[in-house]
Amino acid sequence: MKKAIGRIYILIIMLFLYLPIFTLIVLSFNEAKSMSVWTGFSLKWYEELFRSKIMMGAIVNTFSIAILAALVATVVGTMAVLGMAAMKQRHVNVLMGFNNIPMLNADIVTGIALMLFFLMVGLPRGYMTILFSHATFCIPYVILSVKPRMNKNTDRLFEAALDLGASERYAFRRIVLPELRPGIMSGFLLSFTMSVDDFIITYFTRGAGINTISTLIYSQVKVGIRPSLFALSTLVFAAALIVLLAVNLRQSRDDKAIAA
Amino acid sequence: MIAKKRYAAPFILWIIAGTVIPLISIAYYGFTSRDGSFTFANIAAMFRHDHMQALGLSLLLAFISTLICLIIAFPMAMVLRESKYGKQGFLIFVIILPMWMNFLLRTMAWQVLLERQGVINSLLGLFGLPRQEMMNTPGAIVLGMVYDFLPFMILPIYNTVSKIDNHLIEAAYDLGATKLGTYTKIILPLSVPGIVSGITMVFIPALTTFVISNMLGGGKINLIGNIIEQEFTVNSNWYLGSGLSLVMMVFIILSMLLLRKFDKTGGENLI
Repeated sequence: MKKAIGRIYILIIMLFLYLPIFTLIVLSFNEAKSMSVWTGFSLKWYEELFRSKIMMGAIVNTFSIAILAALVATVVGTMAVLGMAAMKQRHVNVLMGFNNIPMLNADIVTGIALMLFFLMVGLPRGYMTILFSHATFCIPYVILSVKPRMNKNTDRLFEAALDLGASERYAFRRIVLPELRPGIMSGFLLSFTMSVDDFIITYFTRGAGINTISTLIYSQVKVGIRPSLFALSTLVFAAALIVLLAVNLRQSRDDKAIAA
Repeated sequence: MIAKKRYAAPFILWIIAGTVIPLISIAYYGFTSRDGSFTFANIAAMFRHDHMQALGLSLLLAFISTLICLIIAFPMAMVLRESKYGKQGFLIFVIILPMWMNFLLRTMAWQVLLERQGVINSLLGLFGLPRQEMMNTPGAIVLGMVYDFLPFMILPIYNTVSKIDNHLIEAAYDLGATKLGTYTKIILPLSVPGIVSGITMVFIPALTTFVISNMLGGGKINLIGNIIEQEFTVNSNWYLGSGLSLVMMVFIILSMLLLRKFDKTGGENLI
């Protein structure tokens, strides 16, 4: 009885989460522009999506910014963790306090603050300002995922390697990096997804004429939803499904490898 | 020593340029009038009737959405805790997946469903029922908020609930606790950190959103986020916009301090 109630509950939540998404997927194959009448199967909205230069440009911007921001954030964040390991706890606490600000602050405040900063220093808003802003809100996540990996032992092993005649570079590559790698990887992935998903901060820090997927959707929805956006939803959903499945499979394979 | 202080230099510079100076700029604009002199007017503008109304509505809708998310998420986390290990992984996967879809697209989905010519109304039409006006209502906005933010409530609660030792619960039963007693005395207190971080992750974005209210409120319902956004994009009054943002930040900090009081771990479960 209890189990049945649990199952029904899960089912209801799943329907709530997925019915809206599946509605979009079904409508993306609808020939008519209408949101309520099914007139036949068609791929024309996908064609319209791929023909649109603006849309393709936005997709390129989104992913190139996400990769670059995640890379910069990963390098700066990992270096910061190495640096903080040499500092007094008191100073680390202060830095971590500042590190938390972009995470805890509302996105709209972070976005506006960055926009005002760019205006004050006279930086024209565009690709670079978006990139800078994205790295700003990604760095905290990298630090939070790498920091727990760095411990006293890492340092001791590094010293031991040096004593045994390893060069600093070699010891770093063979000892420190493998210890930090899981944290670095998850920090990079987290940054990438946060960047791809961001709308609010991009909205305030972009200039006219440059779009990411999010800002383009927002401006298109304002003038009226076109079914090509349903096609985009379907593709985004499919991509998320594939990536998450791949990550999960890899993880369960790694788990098995550890268990074996 | 692998660790050298100077490795933190780029990070410190980034904090200064990306966090400290921008926050100072917002404070500067917030306390400056259009002619460049110091003023409290932009802060005091929050007390204007329309702004107070927007702030009140934001607080109300954010509170309702957070409460609904909590009521849905807690039982969900318990059900997850009690399901088999393999199935648990699958269910978590299914809950995370929508989070990976752009939230503008997810909000748009509700627009498609709720609109006057939308999916729900045409289904109603099939059964000969009258069309409903669902868009551009506070209810639509709450629905959008719950839909967008629900996973952010489920996951942290699940994280803490799944770590509760079964022996504690069995011990409670062995010592004669009722079901209700076990929930209120054992499970609920132990899941407080998850609940607190869930509330933070839902309440603050809900309080400050302007996207959901714009898309599902049709621009007719103004939340405090909409007012601030319009000051920057439509009215180009950065001074007023900054002043109102500062006041909103105070509300965010206050709600966090309030929440932290309940969570003795000090917000370590934030992610």
